[in-house]
Amino acid sequence: MTIKIFVPIDSTALSLGANEVAVAISKEAQAKKLDIQIIRNSSRGLFWLETLVELETPQGRIGFGPINPSDVKSLFDADFINGGEHPLALGLVSEIDWLKKQERLTFARMGITEPTNIDQYMAHDGFQGLKNALNLKPEAIVETVTASGLRGRGGAAFPTGIKWKTVLDTQATQKYIVCNADEGDSGTYSDRMIMEGDPFVLIEGMIIAGLAVGATQGYIYLRSEYPHALKTLNEAIHQATKIDYLGEDILKSGKSFHLEVRRAAGAYICGEETSLLESLEGKRGLVRFKPPLPAIEGLFGKPTVVNNVVSLATVPIILAKGAKYYQDFGMGKSRGTLPIQLAGNLKRTGLVEKAFGITLRELLYDFGGGSLSGKPIKAVQVGGPLGAYLPESQFDTPLDYEKFSEIFAVLGHGGIVAFDETVNMAKMARYAFNFCAIESCGKCTPCRIGSTRGIEVIDHIMQGHDVNKHIALVRDLADTMLNGSLCALGGMTPFPVLSALNHFSKDFGVDAIDSKA
Amino acid sequence: MEDLVLNPQDYKIINQHILEYQSMPGALLPLLHAIQDDIGYVPELAYSLIAKALSLSVAEVHGVVTFYHHFRTHQPGRHILQVCRAESCQALGSDALEIHIKNKLGIEFHETTPDGAFTLEPIYCLGNCACSPSVMINEEVYGRVDNKKIDQLISDLKNAS
Ligand SMILES: Cc1cc2nc3c(=O)[nH]c(=O)nc-3n(C[C@H](O)[C@H](O)[C@H](O)COP(=O)(O)O)c2cc1C
Ligand code: SF4
Repeated sequence: MTIKIFVPIDSTALSLGANEVAVAISKEAQAKKLDIQIIRNSSRGLFWLETLVELETPQGRIGFGPINPSDVKSLFDADFINGGEHPLALGLVSEIDWLKKQERLTFARMGITEPTNIDQYMAHDGFQGLKNALNLKPEAIVETVTASGLRGRGGAAFPTGIKWKTVLDTQATQKYIVCNADEGDSGTYSDRMIMEGDPFVLIEGMIIAGLAVGATQGYIYLRSEYPHALKTLNEAIHQATKIDYLGEDILKSGKSFHLEVRRAAGAYICGEETSLLESLEGKRGLVRFKPPLPAIEGLFGKPTVVNNVVSLATVPIILAKGAKYYQDFGMGKSRGTLPIQLAGNLKRTGLVEKAFGITLRELLYDFGGGSLSGKPIKAVQVGGPLGAYLPESQFDTPLDYEKFSEIFAVLGHGGIVAFDETVNMAKMARYAFNFCAIESCGKCTPCRIGSTRGIEVIDHIMQGHDVNKHIALVRDLADTMLNGSLCALGGMTPFPVLSALNHFSKDFGVDAIDSKA
Repeated sequence: MEDLVLNPQDYKIINQHILEYQSMPGALLPLLHAIQDDIGYVPELAYSLIAKALSLSVAEVHGVVTFYHHFRTHQPGRHILQVCRAESCQALGSDALEIHIKNKLGIEFHETTPDGAFTLEPIYCLGNCACSPSVMINEEVYGRVDNKKIDQLISDLKNAS
């Protein structure tokens, strides 16, 4: 009988040598005349264990990891295929605590299926949501999404159903669904994992969105840093089109939906939805004034749904299992689950999908295992480059949009980056201004000029020049940017800057900070 | 010295892509990508061809090419080495790695080694933040990169080219 061995094809696994591992396995098996089949699955998101090699057995899949290409010979020498012991054996993958403790809804298939195998997608509940949606009126689809409590996972946390309702209610000859796959936030990779690992769930979500609002054309605006996602998405679109899940007359319903991937070009600001639309239209990514909302005048002036990858990829399970099923997870006004991405200086990094309400401390220590360096964790940045830095005293904050805003922080796209005690927070504040200066679209002065001024002022502080005076200047500047910027790039750069200053004043050369922002 | 006219081969490629893309809605970015994918950069001498085909001004084309970090206006080296500078990589020592790479290649960001082998660029997040620090070389990502690993990667590429 052919033995099935799984080696992930996710680009983080590839970045650690997964292709070389697959080649080594195939060579060893050939030398030993073993009948094996190597399957390139998506990644479970247990990146601390990549390359995670899995072996199919009657009991389930047994894991081995982390496997380097040089470990492969020892696996075969230990006869791992026949249950031989090996120090990197992990037992049943589904029983690994780190995975077992999660609530995988959006990421249900992750690590299990082959990304572009549409039959496997269907065999694992794929397209159930779409089939239900095809039997519903547009209003009912929108109501289901609203009732689920789903809020945009791209950062702004706006209720998805309400956005869709606006587009549904706006009359137009053409409407669009735009998927925001710019994933510019550092410390995040959940969009990438979906697109590389389970592209059909995104496609399904976009088709449902199209049915809900009456749009027949969709675009995925994909960051240029993700070449593997580009290939996978295009292949998946091709597969779905071949069997009439995309294109004209989807599943003989009389409805059509066309989908195309468009590559971004390395500008962080193009993740902002109006800048993204400008870019899709072939222009510089300058932020538009709102109103009009994109839901009313979006792409090419037509009503447009702009949603994040994870938001759209969560729609299928909501339509498959019902609004209540989804909304039973979570806390307060944060319903459902959040795919959290652990990054930076942690022992066990990777994707943790959990219901809202879990605390940072649980994520950093129970899942993350503490710092990789073994030194105390000093600060964590949550929510990308515009997110606040949180000190230990705030680690008990539960992940919830409202609880985070109470402490002047954001959840953003769910990225968590940990730093150990060697980090200098004045330097991180400087970096935040610098990032804003590099990525500013240039439309408004507080952002364009303020960010560059910010770098200069922090340089003075770091050199010990007139520190108190310059700290006051940073606060003034932050105030101007907060209140005077057109979009959140300029408007939120003060979050990392002020949180660094308020919580880690020693790094700025002062003992305590008197006025809190 | 800067060329005064496009070489015939580039001219042909650019015109082919223009034909392929000009009727697409929002054609400019896909067209620029196609050109850069094939010839490595977007030559300034192509702006007027592109502008004419898409009914834009040359200034508009120039504005778009220069707005986006991804597009290059000059031929890069044979290998493009991009070093992530974002927070997660900083948390695991990318600052020191960046200095090491600059010293090793003897160039700063946005420069090409004199032998034309490497162009060095900063990049802000590769989505590989679970395994920082990361670099991208010719569109392949490498994770948990330290000085030894980057030295190996660079020497492998030198030997290959
Ligand atoms: C500077 C800036 C960058 C952003 N980058 C992204 C991004 O990379 N991906 C994303 O989905 N949303 C991003 N957003 C949020 C979008 O503007 C928008 O809120 C989102 O795409 C809406 O989708 P959602 O409701 O599904 O989250 C960004 C916003 C700003 C201000
Ligand atoms: S805040 Fe910055 S990025 Fe946003 S519109 Fe103003 S200049 Fe552009």
